[in-house]
Parts: sequence; structure tokens; C-alpha cells
Amino acid sequence: MSVTTAPALSTFDPRELLRAQVKWRWLETVFWLAALLPYLVAPTYLVLASQIAIAALFALSLDLIVGYSGLVSLGHAAFFGFGAYTAGLLAKFGWGEPLTGLLAAGCAALVLGYLTSFIIVRISHFALIMVTLGLCLLLYEIANKAHWLTGGDDGLQGVRMWPLLGEFRFDLYGRTAYGYSLIVLFVSFLILRRLINSPFGLSLRGIRENARRMPAIGSPSSNRIRTIYVISATFAGLAGGLLAQTTEFVALDALSFQRSAEVLVMLVLGGAGRLYGGIVGALIFMVARDQLADMNPQYWYFWLGLLLIVVIIFLPNGILGGCADLLARWRRRA
Amino acid sequence: MTVQGNNSILATRDLNKNFGSLIVARSIELSLPLGARYALIGPNGAGKTTLINLITGMVRPDGGQILLDGEDITGLDPAMRVKRGLVRTFQINTLFPNLSPLEAVTLAVCERRGEAGTWWRGLPSYNAAIEEAYRILQTLMLAEDCERPTRQLAYGQQRLLEIALALAAQPKVLLLDEPAAGVPKDESGELFKAVAGISSDITVLFIEHDMELVFRFATRIIVMVSGAILTQGTPEEIASDQRVRDVYLGQAHHG
Repeated sequence: MSVTTAPALSTFDPRELLRAQVKWRWLETVFWLAALLPYLVAPTYLVLASQIAIAALFALSLDLIVGYSGLVSLGHAAFFGFGAYTAGLLAKFGWGEPLTGLLAAGCAALVLGYLTSFIIVRISHFALIMVTLGLCLLLYEIANKAHWLTGGDDGLQGVRMWPLLGEFRFDLYGRTAYGYSLIVLFVSFLILRRLINSPFGLSLRGIRENARRMPAIGSPSSNRIRTIYVISATFAGLAGGLLAQTTEFVALDALSFQRSAEVLVMLVLGGAGRLYGGIVGALIFMVARDQLADMNPQYWYFWLGLLLIVVIIFLPNGILGGCADLLARWRRRA
Repeated sequence: MTVQGNNSILATRDLNKNFGSLIVARSIELSLPLGARYALIGPNGAGKTTLINLITGMVRPDGGQILLDGEDITGLDPAMRVKRGLVRTFQINTLFPNLSPLEAVTLAVCERRGEAGTWWRGLPSYNAAIEEAYRILQTLMLAEDCERPTRQLAYGQQRLLEIALALAAQPKVLLLDEPAAGVPKDESGELFKAVAGISSDITVLFIEHDMELVFRFATRIIVMVSGAILTQGTPEEIASDQRVRDVYLGQAHHG
């Protein structure tokens, strides 16, 4: 992070207030170092860890529009799945190089996001939920019908990845998969963190807080909405591409309504509009599913439903939002 | 396209608008000279706010023209008009509840400077914008609370922030929609001071029900009744106009 040094002002410096908000905290360093722990303490869970990192990236991408810009989407899997099929098909038909494949997945989702963004800016609220959902269903059925290309509901098989950087083979234990997913997540996180803390990020929060005021301060908010929608789609596509590459398979459910709903659940659980919310939400969601489904596969949704209701009622800003409130209260008392 | 606007910075020509069968603007002809302090008064439902909505582009007119500094801006969207210097405030606080005043005004300054689309540079490095925002907050006596979320500010402070956001756009013409609306009499002093302190380079048209504010600041008063301009004149002329008394001042229950 570049730090601009403040000129010696004896009086109060308003920039300090804004700088304090964007400062990298030691807790963040701890968090990302802890992300390496699975290699040491849970080497048998690296496959799960990799899927958590991918889900986290997906949730992070959704946070840009839901948490920061205040838009709703119930069809974000459209971009996830589109990225997944792009990366999967590339590898299946002879180009198994991971990094360029991933880039292609992101670009494909970017193009899809750009094309759909023209519709998105014209509508809001309920209509937006329906249109995003409709878009996702549309792609799902196209992928389902195009059996010759996608394998339909049998999934896309025969995806063969080349070793990462020509060195690291994608092994059964997920060693390469997790490292790869984690690095992509971390780099994406750094980019998006910068974006959120920029004037552009501030204007997104302005749109979320009061879309009606934005034109009155001279903001071309439709352009901003389109831009963030395309960026969000791109990162969702990267997440999808990662899943295809690390599992060497694309299931049709990459495009499903359920996947769109689940990522929203992760975000709400963790806390929308705070970057780490999606990551924490993905972690809780995926670990809970793994553990609960082991105990009783049919019952997992029961517990998820319960968790969701409890969190929404008692922690309306998600788990991280609840933690932040607690911390603030504790500080005020201290 | 430029149309001669006989030295007026803001003018409307035959502006018309209906909502269904309700006529809310009836061939409105308005002309504000540079640096003017005009008040727009009239009973509730006279179409004052609608006129501001029409001028700022938030409502499209059915007919007529709006000229800013001689240029036809009737086809421009609201954000473009703000960029040209036509800025408004809102009667009902239209703020950013979870942004601090410093963030909100910095955002408005960045928008004006064309920097708010930049995503690769951190906000704290925009020294000039932040300092400018802070100065605006200082002039409006909001500096002390500039880091609290807007929703926690006192109502009167939120009214001031409405003006701060508008000033951040460096308006040529400022349309104030009831700046003192809802502010208790004993707290309206700072607000009056803020309105009085607006630079004389800025042309101001303000809607107000508070006659004290109107007669204190307006050099000219425009009276609207049922979507049309009834009359306009100096405060003295308006105060002695029998028609105005009949429709408006006579019932004076609005303050």
C-alpha cells in the first residue's frame, strides 16, 4: 500500500479520518496468514479449503453490487457458471494452461456482464431480482440443452489441466488447488479493497445510500452501476473458472438458481458491504455444510435455515457486522 | 444552440407540465439575473417544488425551454445540469445516512472535479478534494461532527449538510427547496446565516414558507398559485399586493 505522507499540519487533518478507514489492520494480516493453516493442520481438507476460497471470491464479487452499491441480484451464478464453462471448455478442447484459461473465464464473464448491464441500469428492486434470476435460468437451460458441448446435466467431463506454471500438478489432495485458489482470492481481494477505498468506491456507497441524491451532486450513477456490475461479473467469472480448473469438471449446477441463492446466503451470513463478510460467510457456510452433511445429509438445509433466521434476527448486519457492533460497544465502555 | 436570454443566468420559456389532468406548471416564464436572490413563494400545492424539479431535470416538461446562461439545457439529464452549475437542495433531507459529512461532501467535490470514477487510487490521497470538502463543512459549522454518520446528526445539521453538498458542486445557480423546512425557530439562526453566507457570485432561487427568511434575503419575490406565476416584485410590492394577501399571506398558516 502506498502511504502519502501528510504535511506537518499543527491543526487537525481531515485526511486522517479517511486514512484511518482504509488502513491495513494487523487483524487482516493474521486473517490471511491463518488462511495458510490448512496446509499445516488439516492437509486432508485442502480440497474443501480450495472450494471455500472459490466460494469466498464469488461472494466477494457479489458484495460489490449487493453490499456496496445496494443493488440486488438473484442470478449471479450466470457469470460464475459462464466463467466455469469457458475455462472448462478451453481445457477440454486442448488449452489446459491454468492462468490464461482463468483470464479467459474472467473475460467471458466480463463480456456477458457488459451485454447485460444495459438492461440492469434501467430497472431496480423487484424487477432487478427477476431479471437477474431470469438471465441465470436462461443460461442454465441453454447449457442443459447444449448437451453436445456442455454434457448437459451429466456435467462437462474430460477437462484436463496442465500443471500450474508448468510446475505444480493439480493433485487429488488439493495442494495445488488450494494454493492457486487462495492466491487468486488474495490478489482479487487486494484489487477490490483498493477499488472500494477509492473515490469510485465512495460513489458506489453513495448510490447505495441514496440513489436519488447522486444525480443532484452531478454523479452519472448509471455509468457507475454499469461499471461495477461488469467488474462484479468478471470476478464471479474468475471464481467459476477456478472451480472448473481445480475440480477438472463443470457441473450444470454452476449455473443453477441454488448457486445464486447460496452465494447470497453466504454474503448475508458474513455481512454485506464489508469485504471480509463474504469470505467469512463462505467459510462458515462451507464448513457447516461439510460437517452437517456428514452427520445427516438430508437435514443440512434444516440447520442452514435455522442459522440464517437466527443471524438475520439477531445480527442484521451479518456475523462480521455483529462483531463490529460488539467491538464498538466494548470500546465505548472502556 | 444559444438563445438570447437578456442577461439572465437562468430562464424558462413557456414551461408546461401536467400530471394527468392536474396542471402543475402553466407557461412559466422565469428570468434570474446573475447574482440574484429570488424567493419563490405560494401556498402548498402551488407547484413550487415541481418547478425546481423541472428546472433541474428531475421531471421532464411537456413543453417549453430552460436556459442556463443562455444555453438551452432542456434536453440534459440532471447530472449534466449539475456539471454545468445548476444545483439544488431538497425540501426533505436527501442525504447519505451512513456516510459521514466529510465522505459525502468529499464525494460531491470529487464528482465535480471528475475524479469520482477513479478506482485505482485511494481516497486519502485526494488531498485537494478532501481539504476543500473540509473547508465547506467548516463554513457551515459542520466540521466538528464531520466524521459521524449522517443519520446521527441533529436535524438542523442535516439541513446544513444539504446546502454543503450543493456548494461542493460549485453552483452558478443554486435552487434551495425550503432550506429551513422543519427547523425549530430557535435553531434556525445558523441556517439563516448559512443562506446569507452564500457567495454573491451564486445566483439563488429559494422556496420558503418562513416569511422572515424570505423578506430578509430576497431581493425579489415570485408568487406561484396553482401551477402559474401570479405575480412577482420586490418584497415591498409583494407585501402590499392584495391578490397575494388573498391567496397566500392572508391564510399564512405555513410557517
